[in-house]
Amino acid sequence: MFKILNERRQQVFEKGKDDYEIECEKASTAGSVSQRACVFCGSRVVLYPVADALHLVHGPIGCAAYTWDIRGSMSSGSELYRNSFSTDIHENEVIYGGERKLYAALNELIERYHPKAAFVYCTCIIGLIGDDVDAVCRRVAGEKNIEIIPVHSEGFKGVKKDGYKAACEALFKLIGRDGKTPLTADLPDNKAINILGEFNLAGETSIIKDYYRRIGIDIKTCFTGDSSVADIGKAHHAQLNVVQCSGSMTYLAKMMKEKFGIPFIRVSYFGIEDMSKALYDVAEFFHDSGIMKRTEDLVRSEVTKLLPKLAPYRRGLEGKKAAIYVGGTFKAFSLVKALRHLGIETVVVGSQSGNEDDYKYLKEITGEGTIICDDSNPLELSRFVLEKKADLLIGGVKERPIAYKMGIGFCDHNHERKTALAGFEGMLNFAKEVYATVLSPVWKFSPARVFWRMDNEQ
Amino acid sequence: MLLRHTPPGLSERKALTVNPAKTCQPIGAMYAALGIHSCMPHSHGSQGCCAYHRSSLTRHYNDPIMSTTSSFSEGSSVFGGQANILEAFTNIFTLYNPDIIAVNTTCLSEVIGDDLVQIIKKAYEDKKIPEGKFVIHANTPSFTGSHITGYANMAAAMVKYFAKSTGKKNGKITLIPTFIEPSDMTEIKHIATELGIKYIMYPDTSDVVNSPMDGHFRMYPKGGCTKEQIAASGDSDAAVAIGRLGAFPAARQLDTQCKVPMHIVDVPIGITATDNFVEMLRKIAGVAVPESLRKERGQLVDVLCDMCQYTYGKKVSLLGDPDILLSMVQFCKDAGMEVLHVLTGTPTGKVKLEERVRELYGDKVIVKSGLQCDMFMFQQLVQENKPDLIMGNTYCKYMCRDMDIPLLRIGYPIYDRIGQSYIPLTGYRGGMHLLLKILSIFMDRQDRDAEEENVELIM
Repeated sequence: MFKILNERRQQVFEKGKDDYEIECEKASTAGSVSQRACVFCGSRVVLYPVADALHLVHGPIGCAAYTWDIRGSMSSGSELYRNSFSTDIHENEVIYGGERKLYAALNELIERYHPKAAFVYCTCIIGLIGDDVDAVCRRVAGEKNIEIIPVHSEGFKGVKKDGYKAACEALFKLIGRDGKTPLTADLPDNKAINILGEFNLAGETSIIKDYYRRIGIDIKTCFTGDSSVADIGKAHHAQLNVVQCSGSMTYLAKMMKEKFGIPFIRVSYFGIEDMSKALYDVAEFFHDSGIMKRTEDLVRSEVTKLLPKLAPYRRGLEGKKAAIYVGGTFKAFSLVKALRHLGIETVVVGSQSGNEDDYKYLKEITGEGTIICDDSNPLELSRFVLEKKADLLIGGVKERPIAYKMGIGFCDHNHERKTALAGFEGMLNFAKEVYATVLSPVWKFSPARVFWRMDNEQ
Repeated sequence: MLLRHTPPGLSERKALTVNPAKTCQPIGAMYAALGIHSCMPHSHGSQGCCAYHRSSLTRHYNDPIMSTTSSFSEGSSVFGGQANILEAFTNIFTLYNPDIIAVNTTCLSEVIGDDLVQIIKKAYEDKKIPEGKFVIHANTPSFTGSHITGYANMAAAMVKYFAKSTGKKNGKITLIPTFIEPSDMTEIKHIATELGIKYIMYPDTSDVVNSPMDGHFRMYPKGGCTKEQIAASGDSDAAVAIGRLGAFPAARQLDTQCKVPMHIVDVPIGITATDNFVEMLRKIAGVAVPESLRKERGQLVDVLCDMCQYTYGKKVSLLGDPDILLSMVQFCKDAGMEVLHVLTGTPTGKVKLEERVRELYGDKVIVKSGLQCDMFMFQQLVQENKPDLIMGNTYCKYMCRDMDIPLLRIGYPIYDRIGQSYIPLTGYRGGMHLLLKILSIFMDRQDRDAEEENVELIM
């Protein structure tokens, strides 16, 4: 029997056996092999896809090195964002302050690249040595006449979620810079939305945008997949904010609601039901029979095309079991449903940053005996996987080799995914990927399974 | 096309680093700590550091990488991280039960000024560390040095905490490798074994980060040097630092602490460096070079003889870390290739990288190291004088693609190919592997680029 720390006992729940509210939104226990990251990481991932902005990491080299082009966010325009810019803070700056180096670095950057805007990320150490980053940014902004936005993402100031918030604040500063007042009220024909929390991994933003356009909805801005500074500047002309990955972007949606009166809804683009619902919810918002009709047509035609294609995969996967460990719970909800379409039952589901309501909902949609956990660690995860005999683990880069060592399939549903998993076509890709990994011939060589089989035969 | 943001010609820069050719100390320390058996690396700082290092090492090795974090909050940054790390010790030993915790500091805890020596002492006094378990630490602030320095500091910490001299020599030789692949470490052990030498080697990440798939997830795979072996290194006859920058601090520590005489040798990559390594071990141990090693060497030299016209005069640019670069440059020389550029973001310290490269290649070669020596600069240099081959880490792929230059992946990180953790570059067998890779690249290019009438069947 392995140990779960007493402090963590209430963060792990087995449906049908336990009866308590899952504890969540706690700081990680010191000393755990937490899968969680820091504030800087949260800000960096949200802002990173803004393709024509400069992203300058003010701090020691590591923070810039580890975030250099590691996410698959694609751009149809500028590739500038894929470079890694750093002030590479050294001992000297730690003692005497890094403001001068930051000032010089910004100047060198702007003179070379003439960007539309720049984000300056503050790392742990900047918060400690007390650089007045805001002042440096204001100064350079004045001299160079471009937007320079400090992102207060000092790593120790909280968890990844706090980084999302800092990123939202940075983005918010760019909205409305075109000087025009919002168009919403006076132009009732304008059917425009913003997509929030979609990062164009493997080109997913284009798929989603295409669906919305087909039903007659205009996209003002996508936050932040395949976006530009100019796109963000005109985001306040949309009539509705459609928020995916609610953990990262709800804060921005709330700020936009307050300042520009733009309402928002939460959606997910993974799986058949959620994708359809994301379209229907938007259609309903606009009270337009044309849009509704086109939505019905689109969903019908896509689903009719998709279901027969899914069938062979489902036949192979029927009865398999999955474990899910992802960053946000919203994705977990969609995955549980999408897996069910493939005949796969979810037996373990966890997230790094769910809240109370999220876990309540997870309890509702999962079956008896499912383990639900918050802020788990590899040891726990591997034991849950064993105990529940999962055939598949869905997670991020740090979970991948754990699954493989145990001899079960793995699907990267994080930022290292290689194929688009969003939308209807994404569902087919997902089915293919899950099928390929779960039914891979390689698992028959797994010693654990070989021995297990031999034991059974004797 | 990808990342076409680098103009040719060297640009003057004083403050800005673009596309780094190094990373920070803690990840090196973490990697070194994985070279101790049943050891949990612990990152004393924000959660992000630990997550980033684990992700990066996982991508490079495709193996589970374990490490824990002190999970600093705003409070710990004001009041110090002592409470966090003491709690962490209890939790780690309770939950994950390692034999040893190897703490590396981060920029955050260094600036706050957490005194790890005092904290660890207190942990022992307060019985936070169970009987028979140990905690060691290395200071690895991210704002000096690089991942190589971090590795060196953790290797030295192993000596500092564990090595003991009993006054009775054990007839062994201590081998301390720099930041190299687990496969390279295995090959070094192979050479020592063939020479009939009794050795102790640490850090030793072989069978830790390249463990076999056996259907089980293990927090502590079977590899790694044990605490007892590290302790016994204090009684060894001699210590060999393999790679000056990454291994010298540990060897020097062993010398001061236990009076073990120290030797420094280049990483045995290629013929000359491997010869030097074998020669050094042979002299120290007073053994003869066995037929088996002579054969391995002979086969490597044989392949080079057969094929040297395909490497001769080829132009190469190298990016990486000083210890490996030195041997690679020597190997290029051995194979008759011309080195155009050598660049590292790692400060070279006492490694006379530039002088030593110039000894081989004179004034023509461009050698850059330290601040603002990054991929941007490397790409500028390469645009000025285009090589036939670039050897460097994964991040070189952008410029190679842009300029249609083949890339041989060496160093850290390699995120887009596998094999480096299984197939070595060190030793004669590693040299063979390296040479074959280089030959394939040049010969494939020749086949691809030759005019139809010039395509050769027999090469």
